[in-house]
Amino acid sequence: MSNDLEVSLYVLVLAVPLGLELVRRVSPLLHTPLMSLTNAISAISVVGAILISGAGDSPTLSKVLGCIAVTSSTINIVAGFLITDRMLKMFRTKKGAK
Amino acid sequence: MTDAGGVWQAAYIVAALSIVLSIKWLASPVTARRGVLSGEIGMLFAVVGTLLRHEVVSYQWIVISFAIGAAIGAPLAYLMPMTAVPQLTALSHAFGAFAAALVGTAEYYRYVSAGTPVTGFTMGALVIETVLGYLTFTASILAFGKLQELVPTRPLTYRGQNFVNLALLVFAVSLGIWMIVEPTPAWVFPTFTGLSLLFGVLLILPIGGGDMPTVIALLNSYAGAACAAMGFALGNRLLIIAGAVNASSGFILSVIMCKAMNRSFANVLFGAFGQVQAGAVAHTTQKPVHSATPEDAAEILASARKVIVVPGYGMAVAQAQHKLRELTDALTKRGVDVQFAIHPVAGRMPGHMNVLLAEADIPYDRLHEMEDINPDFAEADVALVIGANDVVNPAARHDTTSPIYGMPILDVDKAHTVMVIKRSMNPGFAGIDNELYYMDRTLMLFGDAKGFVGEIVKALPNTN
Repeated sequence: MSNDLEVSLYVLVLAVPLGLELVRRVSPLLHTPLMSLTNAISAISVVGAILISGAGDSPTLSKVLGCIAVTSSTINIVAGFLITDRMLKMFRTKKGAK
Repeated sequence: MTDAGGVWQAAYIVAALSIVLSIKWLASPVTARRGVLSGEIGMLFAVVGTLLRHEVVSYQWIVISFAIGAAIGAPLAYLMPMTAVPQLTALSHAFGAFAAALVGTAEYYRYVSAGTPVTGFTMGALVIETVLGYLTFTASILAFGKLQELVPTRPLTYRGQNFVNLALLVFAVSLGIWMIVEPTPAWVFPTFTGLSLLFGVLLILPIGGGDMPTVIALLNSYAGAACAAMGFALGNRLLIIAGAVNASSGFILSVIMCKAMNRSFANVLFGAFGQVQAGAVAHTTQKPVHSATPEDAAEILASARKVIVVPGYGMAVAQAQHKLRELTDALTKRGVDVQFAIHPVAGRMPGHMNVLLAEADIPYDRLHEMEDINPDFAEADVALVIGANDVVNPAARHDTTSPIYGMPILDVDKAHTVMVIKRSMNPGFAGIDNELYYMDRTLMLFGDAKGFVGEIVKALPNTN
């Protein structure tokens, strides 16, 4: 097993329990914003999309697919973050206290 | 990984940290908006860091793609009404998963055209990324269609459904393994793609509207897993971290939803959930019920000391949350203690009711989870059920033949008086009759939730 892969696997086995622990602490009150926020974060695949469409050695097909992927994940990012913020703005304890 | 300066590596580390912090801050409503900001910063660092990598040589099309994406995404987020949040989330999932799947496809053809040998591990990651991406894409589109009611929301089932799904899955997995083991003929990858797309559709067909909270959470988890797999395929650890955090988030939420419906996780994974409505529709609607007018209801509410409101999906459909706020304000002014009881699976996605009540400006410290408020029903003068059905059905406690037996419910039947606002006596989503409606202490308020609550507000006797 290459060293690189080993490090990646370490990252994975640490990230999963971290994620479980973090999400467990989120109050059920905020489960909908949690879903839309993680939805926005899952669009981190934009990174892969940029790498594919911007690389010099990609064949044309891959570049085209990459650009569609960039568009698609940007929709996901923008919509995800904006709707989360729009929802969270509405949560308040007492009337008038914004 | 030998870029001069290591600028993008530093940017990725900031991005990973920001993403982790963003979910940490989301834990409480007080810091939640900081969480969103942190997530945005993380995403910005990830994108800018990637653009700075030396592999990325052409920018023009990427920038144009960003612009198009933003131009579609922003109106989507601002124009959708709050009741449509589940649909929007499903649609947004579809776009994200589609992106992951396309990246997988693009990578595959890049390897093929370059003719470089790919390790089995990389190909394995690529296969997982692609299958999860495509199936989440079509599944989310169909979930969107069901939530938006473009497609019939009732479960579509046929004989041998599970067998067909399983056979299809086995076929897709075999193709996947074949691709991992050796270079395959040109038809294999497109067939694999087609099977993944089809499987996503078949996964959602048997699922009814009431089971959507679990499904959306599960799709969220799949999208995250696709991302993590992409991280392995590209050797990109930022993707692994973000994907893993995301996959665990979706996983936990779907487990919570399963528990709230007393279903096993395996039951959900194999898509067997539409089964509930089978049988059980006995239609024993001959029993007498007590119905009441808005004036009667207003009188009882006005003289109560403690009222617990139980909202359900019906409230969302009728858009009754703003009228409900008026009622809450009017009652609070008269000294009535008004609280809200939220069942974990009320609505069409986890936490759906909280968002709608928050939209109507109802303070969130009045919204209570099931375990916290259940003991309070015994001392409540009135339990007001608006558009909820199965989550308040006492049959879940004692009737072992009921399809919902064992599901934790809100104990509304323990309240002194129960009021149920409902359109008609038609059974709810699961098609199960609700004995709550025939109790002596139950008053049925027949009508549109929004209109009826409005009339109660008008009928409240004036004190000041």
